[in-house]
Amino acid sequence: MTDRVIKVTALTRVEGEGGLYIKLNGDTIENVRLEIYEPPRLFEALLRGRKLEDVPDVTARICGICPVAYQMSSVHSLEAALGVEINPEIRKLRRLLYCGEWIESHALHVYLLNAPDFLGFESGLEMAADFPAEVNRGLRMKKHGNQLLEILGGRAIHPVNVCVGGFFRSPRSEDLKKLLPDLEWCLNAAIETTKWVAGFDFPDFSCNYQLVSLANDKEYPMNEGYIATSDGESIDVIDYEKEFEESHVEHSTALHSLRTKTGNAYLTGPLARVSLNVNQLSPTARRLVDESSVSWPCFNPFQSIVARGLELVHAFEEAIQIIREYQPAKPSRVEYAYRSGSGCAVTEAPRGLLYHRYVVDADGKVVEAKIVPPTSQNQAQIEADLRKWIPHALSDDEAATARAFENLVRCYDPCISCSTHFLKVKIDRS
Amino acid sequence: MSGKPRLGVFKFASCDGCQLSLLAAEDQLLGVADTVEIAYFLEATSRIQPGPYDIALIEGSITTQHDVERIKQIRADTHFLVTIGACATSGGIQALRNWSDCDEFVSSVYATPDYISTLATSTAIADHVKVDFELRGCPINQYQLIEVIQSVLAGRRPRTPVHSVCLDCKRRGTVCVMVAQGTACLGPVTQAGCNAICPEYNRGCYGCFGPAAQPNLVSLTDQFSANGMPREQIVNNLRSFNGNSPEFRVESDRIQAEQDGEQ
Ligand code: SF4
Ligand code: SF4
Repeated sequence: MTDRVIKVTALTRVEGEGGLYIKLNGDTIENVRLEIYEPPRLFEALLRGRKLEDVPDVTARICGICPVAYQMSSVHSLEAALGVEINPEIRKLRRLLYCGEWIESHALHVYLLNAPDFLGFESGLEMAADFPAEVNRGLRMKKHGNQLLEILGGRAIHPVNVCVGGFFRSPRSEDLKKLLPDLEWCLNAAIETTKWVAGFDFPDFSCNYQLVSLANDKEYPMNEGYIATSDGESIDVIDYEKEFEESHVEHSTALHSLRTKTGNAYLTGPLARVSLNVNQLSPTARRLVDESSVSWPCFNPFQSIVARGLELVHAFEEAIQIIREYQPAKPSRVEYAYRSGSGCAVTEAPRGLLYHRYVVDADGKVVEAKIVPPTSQNQAQIEADLRKWIPHALSDDEAATARAFENLVRCYDPCISCSTHFLKVKIDRS
Repeated sequence: MSGKPRLGVFKFASCDGCQLSLLAAEDQLLGVADTVEIAYFLEATSRIQPGPYDIALIEGSITTQHDVERIKQIRADTHFLVTIGACATSGGIQALRNWSDCDEFVSSVYATPDYISTLATSTAIADHVKVDFELRGCPINQYQLIEVIQSVLAGRRPRTPVHSVCLDCKRRGTVCVMVAQGTACLGPVTQAGCNAICPEYNRGCYGCFGPAAQPNLVSLTDQFSANGMPREQIVNNLRSFNGNSPEFRVESDRIQAEQDGEQ
């Protein structure tokens, strides 16, 4: 039997840099690797000894596309460590901020990164020549998502307004209300988006996922709740490290996550979120679910794009509602005193569960930090799916084969920048 | 293809935020994409073309031996090379390792440190190759980026202001947070470009655009000390996103040495 190696040295239209390596011996699969070779930036280590107030600004720099997620998971963890209770207005503003991030991230992925695969283009920019109305619609949604982030956070990438305890200052009501007409336009655009992507030609491909997402009985999950799985578990966030485990593999500067009990991979992200929380979607998003041909829970990774569409609708609808009812938080930040202790939190980044845990000392310094980003949690599942995808993807045309694998990888919206930096692991240096 | 100028966007150790600023310029994006040929931009397009490139935008810092070689090759292929952001212009937040034991950093994060190849330092692109223009910020300002691209395309040398954030606060009418509230602020020594957003949001500047032209660091850190800030904290404030830029580094090392001398 002859060996055949399929290599994608540089994955494109993903955040950060990585590659793919697949080795076959005849019909036998010898090796499937999502290679993450981006250099490590060692965030957990460089946080040690710094003031806990620095954490949201520093961890934001792990990822330029989901800095808010890092800020949210870090402030919630630190507030847990310090015993800080935030007020309901701050809570709402944090949801609004997250709406902004989901919008810019999902609009970017749907229109510029993922849709070109379904329609046969090399990029969203090239797609714009044949689909100008659609691409402009996507860019306009992204722009208004960014404006929301700018008003709340000062700027869209690495906002400056988030702090432990709340916000440095509450956004002005008139600034937020000015956005309403555009956000209403966007809500319609998001509905159109969902209908458009639900009509794409999806491969008949279903995976036996354990879906994992934050869940919350009162609202669509963002910042709070318990961890739900498609096997009916509800896991307390405090037990995250007992239930999920990382290991370090040679081909990657990111760590793989598996379920501790079973050693199995799992999937987090929009597909899991919508599947496990479909009843908490906003009314318009719910209606679209009922009308659409995609059924939930959904186990086809290619249909993640529909989940992103639904979440765009949800995020615009919730943002409009929060802004209509908006009252500036008073105070905009809750005071706290230093104490030694530890705290953890999970929030829902655009790409899925983002776990942080910090140990702090009585002087307000970080003693230990642990961060588990969504893409390193999904990596093992992505590799399992790639194996399953091989019979569908393989052809005599090398370029087409590589492309078919890349198409699948892009469906998860992997963020390689995020996954490249790690947790504190006890090592045996003998 | 066309006779359009060829643009390449390259990433080293970074968060992607600076290159995303280009995609975040929603109103100008399709226009820019029309005037140049995007020859290399992994995050945006699957169409990958070899050099030469008329303009290269470089994001990220140098942290591996492989990247030392890669940036040399890109330089050789490029006519006008622009570094974008704090990572590329000063080494970024990951340059904090430059003051630590890097092996210990790596082993505290990875279970199997042998799999990881990384240099002990994170350094700016200009430490390795000639850079034609440096655009500051963590992240860069997207309008400044578009302006730089347009200047280069028009055959003009790009220019960005080198004055401090303070001047922009005055222009915006933001009350000085240091005078009014005693909040520590790096605005007096930090280069403008962000539109002075931190003081506008009721906090001090943390220096994400790096040092302004001729910054008077000693008088600012003396002021911090006079306001009761411990030396260790002053050192930490200087050692952040642009901690490895020469001006901030010299000052944080000076204060650190003072503190070490007392112990
Ligand atoms: S300078 Fe800041 S925003 Fe730009 S790539 Fe580096 S960390 Fe990201
Ligand atoms: S005020 Fe300073 S820290 Fe804030 S965005 Fe501007 S340069 Fe960066």
